[in-house]
Amino acid sequence: MAKAKETVSRTLIVALVLSIVFSVVVSTAAVSLRPAQVKNQNLDIKSNILAAAGMLETGASADQIEERFELFDVRLVDLETGDFVEPSAVGVEDPMKYDMYKAASDPKLSTNIPSSEDQAGIKRRPNIAKVYTLSENGDLVRVVLPVHGYGLWSTLYGFVSLEGDLNTIEGLGFYAHAETPGLGGEVDNPRWKQQWVGKELYGDDPTEPQIKLVKGGVGADAKNKEHKIDALSGATLTSRGVEQLVNYWMGDRGYAPFLKKLREGEV
Amino acid sequence: MAEASAKQVLFEPIFSNNPIGLQILGICSALAVTTSMSVTIVMCLSVIAVTAFSNLAVSLVRTQIPGSIRIIVQMTIIASLVIVVDQILKAYAYEISKQLSVFVGLIITNCIVMGRAEGFAMKNGPWLSFVDGIGNGLGYSVMLLFVAFFRELLGAGSLFGVTLLTPVNEGGWYITNGLLLLPPSAFFIIGLAIWGLRTWMPEQVEEPDYKMSRHTHKEAF
Repeated sequence: MAKAKETVSRTLIVALVLSIVFSVVVSTAAVSLRPAQVKNQNLDIKSNILAAAGMLETGASADQIEERFELFDVRLVDLETGDFVEPSAVGVEDPMKYDMYKAASDPKLSTNIPSSEDQAGIKRRPNIAKVYTLSENGDLVRVVLPVHGYGLWSTLYGFVSLEGDLNTIEGLGFYAHAETPGLGGEVDNPRWKQQWVGKELYGDDPTEPQIKLVKGGVGADAKNKEHKIDALSGATLTSRGVEQLVNYWMGDRGYAPFLKKLREGEV
Repeated sequence: MAEASAKQVLFEPIFSNNPIGLQILGICSALAVTTSMSVTIVMCLSVIAVTAFSNLAVSLVRTQIPGSIRIIVQMTIIASLVIVVDQILKAYAYEISKQLSVFVGLIITNCIVMGRAEGFAMKNGPWLSFVDGIGNGLGYSVMLLFVAFFRELLGAGSLFGVTLLTPVNEGGWYITNGLLLLPPSAFFIIGLAIWGLRTWMPEQVEEPDYKMSRHTHKEAF
């Protein structure tokens, strides 16, 4: 017995049988659990969008999230021109299926950002972005825009929600990052995020965002207070990253052309 | 190893033969996933499931495995089980699986799983091996929960996400200890735990490898 199992043919047979058995086990698990996983991922994205817009109560059920999210229109925007485009431009039927972060690594669907203009540290920018608009009785009341950029250790992915005037911030939230817990990780702190509410993106020029994260906190009588937010203590680089990524995405190279057209009712 | 009872096999690894405390295995994930209790518990359950079932599977086929490929066979079994666990977490515990990220996948490289498959399951029957897997998983869990308790309580002022010591950042009084949220702090806590364990059970203290001899040579000055 001990001798017989050491032959070459025996070794090959054991290896083969084992590989087949376990590949069946693994693929069964992967295939049968796939629908539940996709559902989770979609729900996660939707709840992040709702959270940034301040429309998510804690402990909301999956159905409530779906229902709330139904209120939004999902649209695709050409960042260069600021016009809405049809989903077919990126080869999908449902705009929800378009992944702008995947597109950012596809040379056909993205553009290189020259390093002098790459404030957000993202190197490539997708040509077409996915935005979420909410209208009530024909009036635009809310726009949620995806943003991302480099902090200290990681790329932060999040959403910025704007009020109908397309200038006042209604909320901001990051759903994926790997900043230091307790320091840069405090970007998730609800008290800090609360400060963003009501701040204004632009000054006189609607293409130049003015957001600043201020070390030591924003004083009660600070100048241009409407553009300033307390920096995170002990997280200089994460704070700088957040400031720059918001300014990049709300600027000329980001959503400013789109917001301008939207404000003037051209799209 | 002489015939061991299932009870012995189950409870010995918890304190008297703890895989982290005595064998110093599985340190990597002990540093990585112990910042909060709820994440730690899910990780512990995953490790218990993987060690138990990989031990069971290895033990079932142990008479068939040719010696020349036994390690790769064990690896295949463990890796498959880890993928299955990862898929299940993604489907039913999405939030936590996001926080655990790569560390579920890295159970494959957890020395405890491999060590038990090679050291125990290759020589013992399926039932005993299964229990041994659970026992060693529990030993790992006890240590991880101990570390996570201090890291979450002192580092974030909460346990299971429930705030107990209100941190200054949220308007309370507790100044959180940032070091405890960083991986190296787990070394200190594990070190202290091992010290405590070996004071309680002195038989775990290793013999020193060598003894310094007395200084006998007199210097000229």
